[in-house]
Amino acid sequence: MTETARTADEVTAASDDVKAVEPHTSRSWWRLIVLMIGALVFIFPFYYMIVGSLQKKQNTSLSGVLPQPSNITLHNYGQINAALSLGRALINSGVFTGGVLLATVVFGVLAGYALAQLRFRGRGLLFVMMLLLLMVPFQLLIIPLYVLIVRNYGFGNSYLGMIAPFAINSTAVFIFRQYFLQLPKELFDAARIDGANELRILTRIALPLVRPALLTAMLLTFIGPWNEYLWPFLITKQQSMQPLAVALANYMNTVQSTVSNPFGTILAGAFVLAVPAVALFLAFQRYFVAPNIGSAVKG
Amino acid sequence: MKLEAELPLSARESRVTRLARAVLGRQPIGLAFGAPYALFIAVLFAYPLGLAVWMSFHRYFFTAPGVSVARPFVGLANYRAVFADPEVLRSFLNILIFLVINVPLTVGLSLLLATALNAAIPFRAFFRACFYVPYVTASVAMVAVWLFMFSSGGVVNSVLGPLEPVPSWLVNQNWAMPSIAIYVTWKQLGFFILLYLAALQNVPKELYEAASMDGASWWHRLRSVTIPGVRSVTTLITLLAIIVGANLFTEPYLLTAGGGPNGKSASPVLLMYQTGIEQNHPDFASALGIILVIGVLLIVGVQRLLQRNQT
Repeated sequence: MTETARTADEVTAASDDVKAVEPHTSRSWWRLIVLMIGALVFIFPFYYMIVGSLQKKQNTSLSGVLPQPSNITLHNYGQINAALSLGRALINSGVFTGGVLLATVVFGVLAGYALAQLRFRGRGLLFVMMLLLLMVPFQLLIIPLYVLIVRNYGFGNSYLGMIAPFAINSTAVFIFRQYFLQLPKELFDAARIDGANELRILTRIALPLVRPALLTAMLLTFIGPWNEYLWPFLITKQQSMQPLAVALANYMNTVQSTVSNPFGTILAGAFVLAVPAVALFLAFQRYFVAPNIGSAVKG
Repeated sequence: MKLEAELPLSARESRVTRLARAVLGRQPIGLAFGAPYALFIAVLFAYPLGLAVWMSFHRYFFTAPGVSVARPFVGLANYRAVFADPEVLRSFLNILIFLVINVPLTVGLSLLLATALNAAIPFRAFFRACFYVPYVTASVAMVAVWLFMFSSGGVVNSVLGPLEPVPSWLVNQNWAMPSIAIYVTWKQLGFFILLYLAALQNVPKELYEAASMDGASWWHRLRSVTIPGVRSVTTLITLLAIIVGANLFTEPYLLTAGGGPNGKSASPVLLMYQTGIEQNHPDFASALGIILVIGVLLIVGVQRLLQRNQT
């Protein structure tokens, strides 16, 4: 009796929250158990990163999983700051990421709009090239890019060289195109008859309507350069130009014995590197949802 | 009279605009909008790709700036060298090991977690966030934690006790590549959970109702409703796994100290870096890169064909 009542409640609650839910999910306990085990596996390394970064004396054993009041210190953060000049590394990461975001938002939106709503010669070619770019991973072109940017043009150790290969994120262009495609044609035709030019239509009509896409694409674009390791590692040999990911990785590879607690120091750096991306995604998590991403990938 | 003079002019004008439309398209402004992106593609994708092809057919090495050297055409010599190199062949085998572990784990676990999430359950947003947090975090940061956890005296071995592999995971010949595959599965799972979740929400509810009405077990419902309903995501995961596998660099470079032990976890891109930039054989590395590009495009093409035949 109570069992059936609860089932009915749950089904209505479900249909409120979720578009399509498997019916007859009265026994949702298995879901919770699966999800809790999953969450533990996913979150534990983060928790452990924080605990490890606060340890005075490195404790890799089981007892080190729980923080011990006598073994807590912020010393490791000071150590990593002294070793890498964290501020400088964060500025480098910020300029790298900011440059990519800016170029993607300005030029990517223009390209996405043109691909979705404008008829012009070469549109098909541009679209095919975009798909090709999405499929061929950038890493496979590191050798010629290195030759061109570092050897031929001398852009090694510069922000321009760092940003260039990432400047316009093709996934973002693709997301923009998908969203602009969904807007009704009549809307644009009406604005054109009223004499609005395309740039005005784009900024005043189209962009405000696709704000969720804009945020989703910007979040996805952000994690590219912020987390990128290979390319900035290749082109920045001066420590003063290295983004945090590169500086930290170099530190991991070289420094093991010069500090009292190398792992604690490395984990402190890892925490500083991880926090901005995680914080952004948690703050904007309602935009990072399945339908937004699904539409981007389905094509 | 005035009218007569104007008429041919406007007619000519309209012919010009018609001609412009025929050549440039109905909205030529699109050319201007797309130009920066087209330029980006040309300069930073098409040209480097062409250069890579050129380098792979010539003898090419780095010299001091301003020194000009002959770069003779060598035909397929670089490609022959790539296929004759045991380290390269080992790295392809490593990718195969990676895929054999990564793909089934990713498909199975992300489908399981997405199915569990696809209901009104408490803390849904919290769980969702937990799952994609590793995906958005820098691999360098996560690798640092895994090094800490999987070191020989680390917390994982402490839990396993006598079951710990000797030598420990990341320096063990047999475990180095599987460790990377498991790490990548863990790191990327959240993204695929979101994709499966989107696909699951598009599976018509009526199908489940009909299946339950017919008395189908959950296993039967999974096999005849859920799995066909999310097939496009499953193929996408397989494809992306191949692309990720062809691209591994950060993990073998940092997690297993340069593809160690003895190249047992080396990846093609790691070898491209080592041969092309560290050992100054960019021609060899370009040939390896071109082979990988062709491989990835072939696999994508075959998959597209198969998908078209299915639908």
